[in-house]
Amino acid sequence: MKLLNKSLKSLSFSILIIVTAWSVVFYINMLDEIHDSIDDGLENYKVLIIQKANTDSTLLKKKDFDESNYAIQEISKTSALARKDRYSDTLMYMQDEDDLEPVRMLTTAFEHQGHFYELKIINSMVEEDDLIEDLFWSVFWLYLILVVSIIIINNFVLRQLWEPFYNFLGQVTKFRLGSSKALPDIVTDVREFNLLKSAVNTLLQHSLETYAHQKEFIENAAHELQTPLAIATNKLELLLEKGDMEPAQAENIGEVLQIIERLVRLNKSLLLLTKIENKQFFDKQRISLNEVIKQSLEDLEEFAAFKNIEIRVYEQAELTVEMDPTLANIVVSNLVRNAIFHNIPEGEVYIDIEMDALTISNTGKKEPLEIDKIFKRFYKSTDKTGGTGLGLAIMKAICNLYGFKVSYRYLDEKHRFEIRSNNLNKNGF
Amino acid sequence: MKILIVEDEERLLEAISASLLKEHFVIESAGDYQTASEKIAVYDYDCILLDIMLPGGSGLQLLAELKRTHKSENVIIISAKDSLDDKLAGLELGADDYLTKPFHLAELNARVKAVLRRKKLDGKNSIETANILLDLNERRLSVSGEIVALNRKEFDVLNYFLLNMNRLVTKSSLAEHVWGDHIDQADNLDFIYYQIKNLRRKLQSANAAIEIESIYGIGYKMVEK
Repeated sequence: MKLLNKSLKSLSFSILIIVTAWSVVFYINMLDEIHDSIDDGLENYKVLIIQKANTDSTLLKKKDFDESNYAIQEISKTSALARKDRYSDTLMYMQDEDDLEPVRMLTTAFEHQGHFYELKIINSMVEEDDLIEDLFWSVFWLYLILVVSIIIINNFVLRQLWEPFYNFLGQVTKFRLGSSKALPDIVTDVREFNLLKSAVNTLLQHSLETYAHQKEFIENAAHELQTPLAIATNKLELLLEKGDMEPAQAENIGEVLQIIERLVRLNKSLLLLTKIENKQFFDKQRISLNEVIKQSLEDLEEFAAFKNIEIRVYEQAELTVEMDPTLANIVVSNLVRNAIFHNIPEGEVYIDIEMDALTISNTGKKEPLEIDKIFKRFYKSTDKTGGTGLGLAIMKAICNLYGFKVSYRYLDEKHRFEIRSNNLNKNGF
Repeated sequence: MKILIVEDEERLLEAISASLLKEHFVIESAGDYQTASEKIAVYDYDCILLDIMLPGGSGLQLLAELKRTHKSENVIIISAKDSLDDKLAGLELGADDYLTKPFHLAELNARVKAVLRRKKLDGKNSIETANILLDLNERRLSVSGEIVALNRKEFDVLNYFLLNMNRLVTKSSLAEHVWGDHIDQADNLDFIYYQIKNLRRKLQSANAAIEIESIYGIGYKMVEK
């Protein structure tokens, strides 16, 4: 849920409660005030009628309200003396409304020439249900206007206030360790946003440093390993060359030599991967991948012939890219090599070259590879090969560097790798 | 033939010298920048193996010095750094070759011999052993004057063996030299065996006075019969 909506939700809920409570209090106060003012009027009227009765005794005969708003009735002295001014709400038939309507009635008693009379004065009252209804609608509209105003304020004012935040968030989302150059920035005088910026940037700075250290470490470690590996290889080669060993011993040394060679390959691959990720390849040339593929196939033709693998190349177009030639060669040869080595004897390899895509498919294991793992470092489909498990990771890293899209599919019992890019033809970088 | 090895790692220096001594070269060595600089100034070498990272200075500085005295063309850089910049800088300064550590001794041997052969410059670019002649310009093998047809890779294999006559050539060293970096798969050791078998058959049927011996299943050695 967006912050805007969330604040809107709680605001409208609290406003609903406040407005409701307020309208109840308002209603009670208003009603009270109305009663007060009507009662004052009735009181005044009472005084006027009693004064008038002193001069005009016909008034005393007026037993029903009829057209006027008072009625007088003679009562006994005892009940008159017991009587106090009493205001009450009652209902009375009204001609115009043709219905019983609420009225306020003052019941009192007075003395006139030794006789006691009861006086009832009425005044029409507000209809409470009407009042409530009116009040309800007023409150309802008030509430609606408030909520609409909040929405408008949210959308225009708050959105503007939060704009730097969303901008910053966008930058943080897009930020990538190793490839983003500038730290996300925010231009605002809002203290909280500035705090957020400095917190995020401190964190990123720390990550960047760790990332750089890690890369440096891998590179240095790999470099430092080269010399000891060189010594080990060369010493063992010399030892084997002496030729005065038992065959079994020599075989053991041969095995050790092979293990060292595997280490060497692993080390070289790691170095290469680090270099790619550090973007240490800057030689940019226009290369025809068709040519690179031909070269790669030529290098590997004996391997293919050895396993009786048939390779078919469909050149539908000339595929040219702008990239480092060494890297282009690595991408192509890794793919072709995998297609040959992970194939079955008498298998097939198909290479499709289009304007903006290169597809290499091959027969092989009759089940798809684990698509989410194949491009990870040290992934191996079978452990019988002496591969480093870095070949596809290296290829993917190179493709990422140039913005090419790599995909894998298992289709018609063939493993199919595709490299595609919209700008493969224009400018690789 | 006099060779100078400039390498600060003593054990590697030892191994390289031991290997090159087998080829009957005269070996001198320098373990740091200063020693190397002095030796270069005083003596002429047929080939210099130069490490780039040295105590006391950079191998590239030595190379620049050599270039000034027009002696840089017989330098092979041996470096742990497989960086394109270093490679380019080295070749720019006139180095003949660039070899990244770790390397196979057979590979180093082949490179050194290539440098020496280019230096001799007596017009013919060929290797002669027993009754065989390998013409490197024409890429042609003749045995007792008869031309033997070899495919491209077979020629490279034979060339590599001839440069490492009587020396151990491991299968992976051979594969790396001839097929490049395509070696990191297991079944290629059988593959090498298959390629050698073909070459042996051709040499045998041409009555070549050389043969390829297997060494403990780890590699091969070319010897005169």
